Amino acid sequence: MTHMICGQQHIHAASTGHVERAIDANMVRTDGADEGCVTFVLHEEDHTLGNSLRYMIMKSLSRVVCFYSQDVEFCGYSITHPSESKINFRIQTRDGVAASEPLRSGLNNLTEVCKHVLHTFEARMQAFRDKEEPMS
Amino acid sequence: MFFEWEFSTLYRRKRGITAKMAAPMSNVDEIRDRVILGEFGVRNVHTTDYPGNYPGYDDTWDLEKFKKNFRIDIVNSDENMLEFDMIGIDAAIANAFRRILLAEVPTMAIEKVFVYNNTSIIQDEILAHRLGLVPIKADPRLFEYRNPEDQEGTEIDTIQLQLKVKCTRNPRAPKDSSDPKELYLNHMVYSGDIKWLPIGNQADVFADAKIGPVHGDILLAQLRPGQELDIVMHCVKGIGKDHAKFSPVATASYRLLPEITLLQTIEGEQAERLKRCFSPGVIEIQNVNGRKVAKVVNSRLDTCSREVLRHDDLKSLVKLGRVRDHFIFSVESTGILPADVLVTEAINVLISKCQKFLTELDAAEMD
Repeated sequence: MTHMICGQQHIHAASTGHVERAIDANMVRTDGADEGCVTFVLHEEDHTLGNSLRYMIMKSLSRVVCFYSQDVEFCGYSITHPSESKINFRIQTRDGVAASEPLRSGLNNLTEVCKHVLHTFEARMQAFRDKEEPMS
Repeated sequence: MFFEWEFSTLYRRKRGITAKMAAPMSNVDEIRDRVILGEFGVRNVHTTDYPGNYPGYDDTWDLEKFKKNFRIDIVNSDENMLEFDMIGIDAAIANAFRRILLAEVPTMAIEKVFVYNNTSIIQDEILAHRLGLVPIKADPRLFEYRNPEDQEGTEIDTIQLQLKVKCTRNPRAPKDSSDPKELYLNHMVYSGDIKWLPIGNQADVFADAKIGPVHGDILLAQLRPGQELDIVMHCVKGIGKDHAKFSPVATASYRLLPEITLLQTIEGEQAERLKRCFSPGVIEIQNVNGRKVAKVVNSRLDTCSREVLRHDDLKSLVKLGRVRDHFIFSVESTGILPADVLVTEAINVLISKCQKFLTELDAAEMD
């Protein structure tokens, strides 16, 4: 399959028999040889960060020049249980790329988008207020 | 002007374009950019423009391309209400901003209620619940979250308020009146009766800021002579995720910009009926060469009720849809912070979430 599978919401991370090892309060990595298929458990998070981060990772740039090949083969998140405040964020990569790479670039891209939105919004609010001033 | 109109209709008829609007979108562009409102369902809902989905389109993330397409237009702004458009962004991120505005922008609200005396008819817990929901005008950015183990509260994380009201009979009431307003004094307890008791150095730090409830006319309880309330309250900083009383917005919502496309010219009596199917101001009847012709003038005002699809002769003449990346946000604040400050804070919360996980990732990589 040459095109990327879009991660749908609420997809269950497939249990592949990997043992999950807790590193710290916020991240859990799978044990095993393949660094490219990782489920990150993000605590105290929900659709707010899950969906926006999934979108940024799915849109992310491929490091390989070939048109059809993308870094990320699969990206999706699921909320394990509504009473528990955590999400399982799954990334599967192609060609042995470490899964933390697209996660890091997704977070960075999302930060850049937010900063740009913030600057644009503040500039427009200022312009709106300046326009209102002489009228009042 | 007559010649211009003649030329343009001849031009259109020659080329087989009969619609009185821009040329119809190609199928692919429509799937990518529009949500279609059909008679029985809504189609093309999900974002599909990921890299590799559409041959011939380069959909990979490009910050410069995003910056070029992105736009914010402020439509309406007053102290508590803000209406603005965000164009060129995806639903995932716009929804993240909306969710953060509702649940993750912190405010101060009454959390602990110490009831020294409550002889009113309102039970303690009911009164405490009502007090918690009263918006408190204190800038949450100047306060810290309280430590979970701390029972007392310090000046940096707590605001102390007092409500002390006693109802008495009015000695100067007329003999045979039955109006409570004349018979009793202090029989209605309003949020305006809540007073601020500064702790520590708060009196100096917040000398000019009037800390107290935003609105003074919220009715909290009713009393009769002999009943009194003597209550001390502690306000702490919290977020809406914990309890809805901490939510800083009356509500924050967005909708997509509606798009109404007329597939044919609609004239005469049909045009009149078409105009009635939409919200007022959306469709206008114009007098073109003696005939009444319908034209879409302002689709933004439409509420997308799809009423036109209920009429058999009109439903095939109109195409209803929404522009997928044009969000009309409406943010109404409860009065604690101005609405534009709330939007700024919400964006900062999302940035700090990302930064938190980036530092976690870096820390994990170190091991």
